[in-house]
Amino acid sequence: MNFSDLTTILPLITLVGWAIILILVDLFIPAQRKGIMAMLSAIGIMISLVIAICQFGGQTTAFSGMVVFDGFSVFLQILFLISGLAAIALAYDYIKRQGIERSEYYILLMFSLSGMTLMAMADDLIIIFLALELLSIPLYVLAGFANPRLDSEEAALKYFLLGSFSDAFVVFGTALVFGAARTTTIPGIIAAITVGAANLILLMVGAALILIGLGFKVSIVPFHMWTPDVYQGAPSSVTAFMAVGAKTAGFAALLRVFMAAFNTLAVDLVPVLWALAALTMILGNITAIVQGNIKRLLAYSSIAHTGYISMVLVTINQSRITQHAVGAALFYLVAYAVTSFGAWAVVITLEHSEGKGLNVEDYAGLGRKYPALAAAMTVFMLSFTGVPPTLGFLGKFYIFRAVLEGGYVGLAIIGVLTSLVSAYYYLRVVVVMYMREGEPLVRKEFWLSSTIFMTAIATVIVSIFSTPLFTWASKGIMFIPK
Amino acid sequence: MTLNYALFFILAAIAIASALGMLLSKNAVYSALFLILNFNVVAIFYVLLNAPFIALTQITVYAGAIMVLFLFVIMLLGAEQTGRISSARWVKPAAYSLGIILISEILYIIFAQTGVIPDAASIAAEFGSPVTVGKALFSRYLLPFEATSVLLIASMIGAIVLTKRKS
Repeated sequence: MNFSDLTTILPLITLVGWAIILILVDLFIPAQRKGIMAMLSAIGIMISLVIAICQFGGQTTAFSGMVVFDGFSVFLQILFLISGLAAIALAYDYIKRQGIERSEYYILLMFSLSGMTLMAMADDLIIIFLALELLSIPLYVLAGFANPRLDSEEAALKYFLLGSFSDAFVVFGTALVFGAARTTTIPGIIAAITVGAANLILLMVGAALILIGLGFKVSIVPFHMWTPDVYQGAPSSVTAFMAVGAKTAGFAALLRVFMAAFNTLAVDLVPVLWALAALTMILGNITAIVQGNIKRLLAYSSIAHTGYISMVLVTINQSRITQHAVGAALFYLVAYAVTSFGAWAVVITLEHSEGKGLNVEDYAGLGRKYPALAAAMTVFMLSFTGVPPTLGFLGKFYIFRAVLEGGYVGLAIIGVLTSLVSAYYYLRVVVVMYMREGEPLVRKEFWLSSTIFMTAIATVIVSIFSTPLFTWASKGIMFIPK
Repeated sequence: MTLNYALFFILAAIAIASALGMLLSKNAVYSALFLILNFNVVAIFYVLLNAPFIALTQITVYAGAIMVLFLFVIMLLGAEQTGRISSARWVKPAAYSLGIILISEILYIIFAQTGVIPDAASIAAEFGSPVTVGKALFSRYLLPFEATSVLLIASMIGAIVLTKRKS
């Protein structure tokens, strides 16, 4: 280890160090003023964000190849850190209102965030596993933060049990890959495959197990069973962070491992990935139609979006479009993150105590009483559907383009058709807001409103200037030492 | 060499039998005891693989500390007798048939594969010694080591948050 190793992971060190200092600082903050902790942790995340932005450019590895620093990792780190800030903005008033305000909320959130940042840089299967654990364990606790409320406890326990079960798949897969290639670093695995030193059958089984474990984290069908219950039971501010952060981190690992290391297994993997993506899109969208609870609706919608992103994985063996595929996936993740935080912020605005105000019917009359809020929600729903001029449209456009370039017309058609299906349930929310009479109960709060405002603006504005973002995202291709 | 192989297969049979015993026994305490047996057999595997340090860690940490915790929890909760879990009628046949499919797939892969699994003979004798493990832990695997310590802090805070009742 030397000094440059440390500077490479400086954003991560800042986050972890700040979180540990905050544990101590917390002792000196009186119980009724724990809101200060939100500000303090936001400052820590911002410092980390500034460092991450300053580090922009260049490619290197650190800690003897355990982590890699490239465009991909910087892009994702910035996305994670901004998501962390948004998550704090959503939580600040919400947890106070729900009577679950404790400073550990922000500390756990920062630990989870540091796991995600580590995942963005991971270039070794061991680091991928540790990052997965580091981001998941605080999320299990955060999901149960509203205990002794029963649905929150149920969410935490379900997420914990199924989550640890799926992590075991990742560990077992990693062990088998190590047995096959005698190394766990991604460049090492690539080298072992290239020179023909790897046992391909063991490698195949290992890759399949890792796919199952990571597929659980991003809720690919049929590993999605936990998603609706956990999203519904967890406090909404946690769900928003989980829906964006854990999913993005899972995809970071999937893209890095499958695009770089396991692309030689494509003959066997692509049919499986094709079927998984198609199933995820179909099941997510069709089940969402019958949901009356907005949190469950968004949970199924998040499963559907997983399906769209995992479409790019079928192109793993076509190196000429890898850039487009990875760029499209990253762009979609940004679009999904911005839109999700906006939509969840609206959900939190309308949610009041004891889980009231969470049905689609509770949004009746929003268009007349609170036109700005209803307009913002309409933007988010259109973006989820994929209607121009929103980020969601461009995300889908880039994904479909990459899939078509790869020659998978059938999959693209399934994608388009399921998007049409999704219009039904997204637009139903809009219809209820504008066409029905009602007395919606709304909580006005500065940070919540500004999150809604900023994400709504970003959903539209960024979509107009999307080309630089996409170019940046596709330059984020992983650095693979030859 | 043949002695090693013979030992391995005998131990493997015990390991599989104890794992099955753990799954199938109705009494949770018996399950835990079967698990201890299983851990110990796995520890002997590590010794056979020239990794005495990991073998001892396996016994002290898993067969020792963690199992004591398991037994305490089982006995304190009075959960020795696991009740019959009621589930839908199709679950059991479905689970059995999926399991049989998986086993036959694995057997097919083992017998159909043409390449051989690389021999473990090339591993150096001091591979699993405490000195080598320590050196690797603090040089090449420094970052995973530190990440694990952060993970432990996070889990500790999580456990405290979930169990501490508000005053």
